[in-house]
Amino acid sequence: MTGTLRLLRLVLRRDRFVMPLWVLGLGLLPYTYVTGFDTLFATVRERSDYARLSAGNAGFVALYGPLHGDSIGELTVWRGGFVPVLVGLAALLTVIRHTRADEETGRLELIRATVVGRFAPLAAALLATVAASTVMGVVVAVTLIGKGLPAGGSVALGVVFAVSGWVFAGVGAVAAQLSSSARTARSIAVLVLGGAYVLRLGGDISALGSGRLEWLAWLSPIGWAHRVFPFGTDDWWLALPAVALTVITVAASAYLLTRRDVGGGLLAGRLGPATAAASLRSPVALAWRLHRGLLFGWTAGFAALGLIFGLVGDSAVQIAEDSAGVGEMFGRLGGADTMSDAYFGTIAQVCGVIAACYAVQAALRMRDEEQSGHAEALLSTDVSRWAWAAGHLLFTLLGPAAALLAEGLFAGLVQGDNGRVLRSAMAQLPAVWVLAGVTMLLVGVLPRQAALAWAAVTGCLVLMLAGPLLELDQWVLDVSPFTHVPHLSADFTAVPLMMLTLVAAALASAGLLALHRRDIPA
Amino acid sequence: MADAIDVEGLIKRFGAVTALDGLDLRVRAGEVHGFLGPNGAGKTTTIRVLLGLMRPDGGSARLLGGDPWADATALHRRLAYVPGDVTFWPNLTGGEVIDLLGRLRGGLDRKRRDDLIERFELDPRKKGRAYSKGNRQKVALVAALASDVELLILDEPTSGLDPLMEAVFRDLILQEKRRGDRTVLLSSHILSEVEALCDRLTIIRAGRAVESGTLADLRHLTRTTIRAELAGPVDGLAAITGVHGLTAEDGRVAFDVDADGLEPALRSLVAAGVRSLVSQPPSLEELFLRHYARDTESTARDTASAARDADGTTRDAEGVR
Repeated sequence: MTGTLRLLRLVLRRDRFVMPLWVLGLGLLPYTYVTGFDTLFATVRERSDYARLSAGNAGFVALYGPLHGDSIGELTVWRGGFVPVLVGLAALLTVIRHTRADEETGRLELIRATVVGRFAPLAAALLATVAASTVMGVVVAVTLIGKGLPAGGSVALGVVFAVSGWVFAGVGAVAAQLSSSARTARSIAVLVLGGAYVLRLGGDISALGSGRLEWLAWLSPIGWAHRVFPFGTDDWWLALPAVALTVITVAASAYLLTRRDVGGGLLAGRLGPATAAASLRSPVALAWRLHRGLLFGWTAGFAALGLIFGLVGDSAVQIAEDSAGVGEMFGRLGGADTMSDAYFGTIAQVCGVIAACYAVQAALRMRDEEQSGHAEALLSTDVSRWAWAAGHLLFTLLGPAAALLAEGLFAGLVQGDNGRVLRSAMAQLPAVWVLAGVTMLLVGVLPRQAALAWAAVTGCLVLMLAGPLLELDQWVLDVSPFTHVPHLSADFTAVPLMMLTLVAAALASAGLLALHRRDIPA
Repeated sequence: MADAIDVEGLIKRFGAVTALDGLDLRVRAGEVHGFLGPNGAGKTTTIRVLLGLMRPDGGSARLLGGDPWADATALHRRLAYVPGDVTFWPNLTGGEVIDLLGRLRGGLDRKRRDDLIERFELDPRKKGRAYSKGNRQKVALVAALASDVELLILDEPTSGLDPLMEAVFRDLILQEKRRGDRTVLLSSHILSEVEALCDRLTIIRAGRAVESGTLADLRHLTRTTIRAELAGPVDGLAAITGVHGLTAEDGRVAFDVDADGLEPALRSLVAAGVRSLVSQPPSLEELFLRHYARDTESTARDTASAARDADGTTRDAEGVR
């Protein structure tokens, strides 16, 4: 462990911009929800109607988790039900960035050759992440108490957020030991996070009905987090399994670390073919090799999402029909005429933003290729910059299309729908392309800052989650391309979709032109 | 024959840093040209400009008679490049990379590919990440040498190879040289490699060419080191133009001598009676060291060298002859 503190300072210094961003961004989210709810409901009666309806709506329960009360505090906790997933994501990415990613590039080898203990780099990454999660929890508690909410519940929510970060920091640490590639490690950890979310979702949906599968949620760290019910039952003890799991995963990662070499993974690499297939002879064929893993993974994930959303759609619609009269409020939130449309509209938007993550990830591969020197080798052959970029753009544009298609198709099939669900999913595609265009523009114009594309996606997500509640000015909401996706109501028009596509094309073209004119690598 | 590479006054800036500061480089078709310089001298930047990956801020660059930026892909059909810091896709095997790069260059000689893989003792079934630096370099070298191209641009191609493989590499380049239909630009900071392989060379420092010419031309600039044991006292050695650092003690003398002063110096030694004589040939290394030590040793320099420096730091082969 020698040198841990010094390495901790290095981690904090390298993350001095990104870490405060997610700590504050996510930590302040509950506060914005409280502000939003304060202005949204004129009377207590309105608020309890909203809560009653939301608590029974499968779509909302799927997205945010169970809701058991109608106080501002409980509504805030419920509305922030997706935040533990984001905290977990930030935590696991941070840990892998400072462990496996460093190891893969060889930086860790250099550090480990100095007076630094075997466990120090892992310990520093974990300490930094755990500390950041904890600070975020404190931000949550302090801001909510400052807003006049009960102290017990405020602290409980802070704890929920913080331990979500701890658990997935541990998951990230284990994943980092398994594969010698940071990319694979990230995929493994994100898969675990996704699995935890889906288990939680399945259990919560089941609890709405028969409750036979409710135990599923108890298998998930995110399920535990939701069952603390801050401002309600305040079941503090449910944070303990998460703490225990953190200890177990951290111990496991430390043990695995002793079982492997620096630079090596536990999942051994295999030998491959000695010659290339006859088809591997063009930039597009290479792009296919580089993107197919992403494509299969995302499409399978979206198909699973579609399946789940379709399965719970029935009860969502059922509940909507039962509680006619309060649909007006949902019309305001979901922006649609019927509960069914509101449900699938919300689902489609969520899927749209997730698909945008895929688009950004795929487009940033181009930058990865440039930084790793692969692009240089390729561009010194008879491959133009256009052809090189086109191969990557092809998968950036069509990959999310395949993913959304899978989601819409599965949701629609399960729902027995005549194509409305599929259409609402596919309608998101132009907005997804806009974010792909933004990424391409960044890669062309500001290559060193290309990762800012993630900030764009995050911005869209925040506007989507918090925008309607905060009653932000329309021009602020209009910044997100997803605001412009028309709802599938009677006055549906394709004009905004064409406009979005044009914007995407303009952004991407500008990026391509800039890429064509600049130095590589820049 | 026409020049394969013709670079004049090339300037490339990265923000406040000037990487290339009026670089000249001329490589004749069919020759193996050494491109010599310490780390950070601008070798890789020059190559990236020649490949049309970077756009120069000034000066001109011609490659195989074309404009490297505007005609990039057309020119790339006629060349193969081995990057200095070479990495490949983690999910492709070495064999796949060789085939892919070869095909993208317009085809590669299957038999030669297999032959090269065997000579370099490369396992083509391993995936990108499993290769060490040397093995990654072998992958790039096989892909380049098996391609049917007229120009090879090799950026420090042996920096990760072991001595055995370095010998294989030298053999292969000498073969290319005998064939005579390929031009090779070999960037390196390994002097023995350049001495063994290159017809002509250019030495660069801080983004400028400081010497250029054939090895013989440049040897002309270097000094021979002489140590001798003499039968009697020797007179007038110190007075000979071109003799430097003379020490004489108990009938033993040691000095460095410029090529011009060699004959008179030997004459005076012979006149004194030579019991034993050791002469060290001028090496590229000395030339190299002298160039890079210039800044720090400027005060200690002797008059002859100072006089020679007075006519400018950049010296072209023509200027020397």
